[in-house]
Amino acid sequence: MVETTPLGVDGEVPEAEAGPSFVTRLFGIPALGPFVALILVGAFFALKSDRFLTGGNLSLVLQQTIEVGTLAIGQTLVILTAGIDLSNGAVMSFGSIVMTKLAVDSGMSPIPAIALGLLACVAFGVLNGALVTGIRLPAFIVTLGTLNIAFALTHIYSGEATISGLPGEMTFLGDTFKIGGTAVTYGTVVMLALYVVAWFVLTQAPVGRHVYALGNNPEAVRLAGVHIRRLLVGVYATAGLIYGIAALLLVARTQVGDPASGQTDNLDSITAVVLGGTSLFGGRGSVIGTLIGALIVSCIRNGLTLLGVDSIYQVLITGILVIVAVAVDQLTRRGTR
Amino acid sequence: MNNTARPVLEGRGLVKRYGHVTAMDGCDFELLPGEILAVIGDNGAGKSTLIKALSGAIIPDEGTILLDGEEVRFHGPLDARRQGIETVYQDLAVAPALTIAENLFLGREVRRSGAAGKVFRMLAKRQMLREARAHMDELKIGIRSMRQTVETLSGGQRQGVAVARSAAFARHVVIMDEPTAALGVKESRMVLDLILQIRERGLPVILISHNMPHVFEVSDRIHIQRLGRRATLVATKSITMPDAVAIMTGARSGDLAA
Ligand SMILES: Nc1ncnc2c1ncn2[C@@H]1O[C@H](COP(=O)(O)OP(=O)(O)OP(=O)(O)O)[C@@H](O)[C@H]1O
Ligand SMILES: [Mg+2]
Repeated sequence: MVETTPLGVDGEVPEAEAGPSFVTRLFGIPALGPFVALILVGAFFALKSDRFLTGGNLSLVLQQTIEVGTLAIGQTLVILTAGIDLSNGAVMSFGSIVMTKLAVDSGMSPIPAIALGLLACVAFGVLNGALVTGIRLPAFIVTLGTLNIAFALTHIYSGEATISGLPGEMTFLGDTFKIGGTAVTYGTVVMLALYVVAWFVLTQAPVGRHVYALGNNPEAVRLAGVHIRRLLVGVYATAGLIYGIAALLLVARTQVGDPASGQTDNLDSITAVVLGGTSLFGGRGSVIGTLIGALIVSCIRNGLTLLGVDSIYQVLITGILVIVAVAVDQLTRRGTR
Repeated sequence: MNNTARPVLEGRGLVKRYGHVTAMDGCDFELLPGEILAVIGDNGAGKSTLIKALSGAIIPDEGTILLDGEEVRFHGPLDARRQGIETVYQDLAVAPALTIAENLFLGREVRRSGAAGKVFRMLAKRQMLREARAHMDELKIGIRSMRQTVETLSGGQRQGVAVARSAAFARHVVIMDEPTAALGVKESRMVLDLILQIRERGLPVILISHNMPHVFEVSDRIHIQRLGRRATLVATKSITMPDAVAIMTGARSGDLAA
């Protein structure tokens, strides 16, 4: 037999598991860029407004992050598979109306009402997933369709009326407890816990690796013997469940079921994901980045409000921000290839 | 090669149509124990289609596949893999943003023992890194870290990962679809050595290649594919390169030998 040569550089001996160098590891931290951006945004508003860095205001920022932050977890899962979900805000809104209306107008006890609200959101997720995998429609079109369906159902079912007088079980997550004098809602804790669970599953469990690989090269995942349709439907259904939890958090925070809620949350959640460094082409990114992205969005909203900037300019600025974030993502990816 | 040995893998009358294109048109196939069987043929002759059918990546419209003399039906790539058939596909089928170790174990991740693995389904990352390292070393593929993402590798190294993955897990048959395409001289050499090493382990290898010198160097028999069928199956020793090319292109009929 002929002498074998290693595939690497001539004579290079494979050494012990060294791992990437410190520098590549530093820049390999998926959320480093977003984290720096968050610090810069925070520093900017701290300089401009004395109120920004107070405990009360930061707690408010966290609270304002709850819905978009939670929706963005589901959005991250979908985008990692190279999909996109435009329906999430509308699905959340529908879920919140289902649970509040069943509890208040139909006299159902709160826990089953919440469960049915969650189920409604899961059903939308399954529908999205089934259409994307079954008929192989682009996720963009499918979720644009289900966005409108969920929006219409919300308004038909609610009769355009806001539902108030909710039972205590539904608003409990809006209650607060004190950390060093600052009030934090239980809902915030639930959101953060969901991030931890999502991070764990995505990075520590086989199914998480499959989700990334699916966004990278679906054919490779199929040939590796993974049932990719089941995986995709599972991803959309899980996203639906997360939107249902967002619905509960929304209801708990606002103490009402509001059919007009969540209308810009789909784009805000995409903004959070993109600012968090997850690639819109799928297969790259992290859920921790998404949390930071969601915080950037709400810091900007909150800071501009403190500075007395009209809310329409906030929309303008977040719009510009997404485009900048996507452009940066594109350029850096091009650089690494 | 003992011609009376029972074939490890056999295909009879395989047909696969894509719309009006008939990629495989009654194709026969035979792989004997411990041999390196080269499959050659023009572009579009149906080589990839054939090996995809044999590896469960596609389901043929007609025909039968026999493994160790028994008819099998693969409903997906996992079925073939469960039977110990491993494939390096022409387009490599790796996930570029995942690490080498993650790619090696894609779809068959090792989980931790105890509750961490069973309840929380945690990956045994260290164990997989260690085993990936061992596999790559065994095949003398010089890559520093198994934590490197595949997109940071050269084409030859990626090919090495795909080949290592199949070699590491194969218990029955290894199939390689143009493993040396797009490789430099040195990298090709190294993949050919891998193929010989796999044969030394007693596993039969199906090698698809357009590179005639490679085919004639390593193979025991040659299957010449033409227009979706097997034109001929000959012992490599008993045919010359010009004759093989002539049969491949249809300049000569394949009836000369069997
Ligand atoms: N998924 C597909 N859809 C439609 N046609 C296909 C598909 N796969 C293969 N074909 C067609 O089937 C025929 C055989 O293709 P195949 O890939 O098996 O050829 P090949 O011998 O591997 O060629 P090459 O040497 O170029 O790799 C070609 O005409 C090809 O266009
Ligand atoms: Mg081919």
